Amino acid sequence: MYRYTDFDQRMVNERVAQFRDQVARWQAGTLSDDELRPLRLQNGLYIQRHAPMLRVAVPYGLLAGFQMRALARIARTWDRGYGHFSTRQNIQFNWIDLEDAPDVLAALADVQMHAIQTSGNCVRNITSDAYAGVAPDEAVDPRPYCELMRQWSTFHPEFSFLPRKFKIAFNASATEDRAATALHDLGFYLRRDAAGAVVADVLAGGGMGRTPVVGAIVRRGLPWRHLPTYTEALLRVYNRYGRRDNMYKARIKILVRALGTEAFAREVDAEFAFLEDGPGTASAAELARIAAGFAPPPYRGFDAAELERDAAALQAQAVAHPGFARWMGRSVRAHRAPGYAAVTLSLKRSGIAPGDADAAVMDALADLADRYSFGELRVTHEQNIVLADVARGDLLALWNEARALGLATPNIGLITDMICCPGGDFCSLANAKSIPIAQALQDRFDDLDYQHDLGDITLNISGCINSCGHHHVGNIGILGVDKQGEEFYQVTLGGVVGPDPQRTAIGGVIGKAFAAEQIPDVVAAILDTYVLLREPEERFIDTVTRIGVGPFKAAAYPAQDEAREAENV
Amino acid sequence: MSEAGHLIRLVDGSPRLVADDWRLVDSAADWDSCAGQGAGGLLLPLALAEAQAERVRARAGRPLGVALAPDDDPARAVPFFPHISLIGVQFPKFTDGRGYSSAVLLRTRHGWRGELRALGEVLQDQLFALRRVGFDSYALRADRDPQAALRAFAPFSGTYQGSVDQPLPAYARAGAP
Repeated sequence: MYRYTDFDQRMVNERVAQFRDQVARWQAGTLSDDELRPLRLQNGLYIQRHAPMLRVAVPYGLLAGFQMRALARIARTWDRGYGHFSTRQNIQFNWIDLEDAPDVLAALADVQMHAIQTSGNCVRNITSDAYAGVAPDEAVDPRPYCELMRQWSTFHPEFSFLPRKFKIAFNASATEDRAATALHDLGFYLRRDAAGAVVADVLAGGGMGRTPVVGAIVRRGLPWRHLPTYTEALLRVYNRYGRRDNMYKARIKILVRALGTEAFAREVDAEFAFLEDGPGTASAAELARIAAGFAPPPYRGFDAAELERDAAALQAQAVAHPGFARWMGRSVRAHRAPGYAAVTLSLKRSGIAPGDADAAVMDALADLADRYSFGELRVTHEQNIVLADVARGDLLALWNEARALGLATPNIGLITDMICCPGGDFCSLANAKSIPIAQALQDRFDDLDYQHDLGDITLNISGCINSCGHHHVGNIGILGVDKQGEEFYQVTLGGVVGPDPQRTAIGGVIGKAFAAEQIPDVVAAILDTYVLLREPEERFIDTVTRIGVGPFKAAAYPAQDEAREAENV
Repeated sequence: MSEAGHLIRLVDGSPRLVADDWRLVDSAADWDSCAGQGAGGLLLPLALAEAQAERVRARAGRPLGVALAPDDDPARAVPFFPHISLIGVQFPKFTDGRGYSSAVLLRTRHGWRGELRALGEVLQDQLFALRRVGFDSYALRADRDPQAALRAFAPFSGTYQGSVDQPLPAYARAGAP
């Protein structure tokens, strides 16, 4: 993975010193709370329900074993022994004292990590495919392009006080979008043109929140060298014309919608015309330097006989261990390198908040990475952990170890592999708790046979309309709402993240909100309806698309008077 | 203009505390009332300069400048370039980042070479970025310690991306590894 140059390290160290000085001035009373706020946000610190939350960037989801151990140490030393992996390849610590934050940031800098621009109205941590570099379906490894843009956007002097937050994602797979790119302020779909050159289809104006929007393509076939300058043009248009009078209308999606996609694209093109091929244009030499940091690990070159032998052994193991076979079916993905597989370790099991990991688990994950996957881990959009480079011959041994650690639940992509925000238990923005809902659903649908029979389905839970749990694009979405001080939950159906914006959809609200204790029954009724009405081999989302929400709605609201009423907000 | 505040200006590339002899004019009548007195410059809001374009072009008396609000298109200042010696850009709140883009456009697109001043809520933690996008004078908010501000110009010893101060990204500059 990419390792810091001396320059990168110096920038991060100087950032820590700068923030230490800012906190000292705040403590001395020469910097007010209001003045500190944007500064601490741009260093990842929110003030939350219990204490400041520190959001640490895990660029493109990549973590070295020693970095994961450093996160464990931070959890033990300054937090309450655990962390929460978010949907945007960050890890969040919920109990950091603001006074300690500079020391925590220094500890991160020691292992080439940071919390720079993980919050605030600036260009945020750039996210991508957790399987980048090993996925057989990718056109090109997106990570060097991400890192090029991370460096470009770090401490950008013009774009540090945007109207609102600005999130960028990269996808390079034509078959699946593992970064929810279409729901980002700016998305780059990398592909190869007819001549084999890397180009980007550029999407703008996606987002969740109270106005969920699937972004629109504003430029096709942008040569990669223009990524920084085209982004500069687009951000300049947004910085100048994005609304600042109302924070709920300040995201770029509102500007794109107000101008219309074509007019917005013309504005950006007009600005880009001044920058195209100018000094900010990226160089092939720099991309090559960065790309060297993402070079594949030294795979063993298995010969045909070895591959055949390992495949036969795997088959025998699967027959001998049905649990292993089941895990293989959900958690083990194909890999570019012969004889290797990418393994997803599930952080979703009953009793654990989705995405949470305690320090012992973090250390154990690091150990597994060291022994099975060249010392590297990845954090996925779905809040799980990937060992991307596991020799197929090691899978059974890894499964046994992961099982002992509670990390081998064979539920990847199934109903209990839900995405969930920290919700009202931690977050001061939340209207309602989300973790207890996830817990109740985990318990209700614990039966693995049933889960496997249901097959692929996404269930996403957000504790408020800020949509950190991405409920808008869950096949089943659950949104916490507040009704006169009581917590209710809206249910949406039909959300889906497709490989491109055309095949991505925002779910529709099925009706009035439910009380928390009704949610397991409601989800069960929806799932029963699916089981009853599905065609052979038809996925949940495809059934919803084929028959519409009507039957599901009827099942969820068997008698109107049974549903406790709440206004949809 | 920043009667109670402190003005910092880059002098040969170094930030220095300097006397501020500019006065912000808020109306034509205000302009009349002070036109004959004093020798310092008069800074006109862009709309006032446009309304009084003849008078600006006449350039009689005190030096003139124009002040841009965050939503003023910097291109509108271009016709005044031959007649003014200062452009101010207002930051009504330090979290309002439009002025950074205004500065970039004035310096790179429109070729303004004269003094470019950040006005309004100008605090020490903005100075590094303000300097990068081409501001060369900074009207520090009145309640701030000017000595601390003078020390706050270089929290970073380098920069990744190009901007007005240095159009090339770090990797493309002379001496880059």
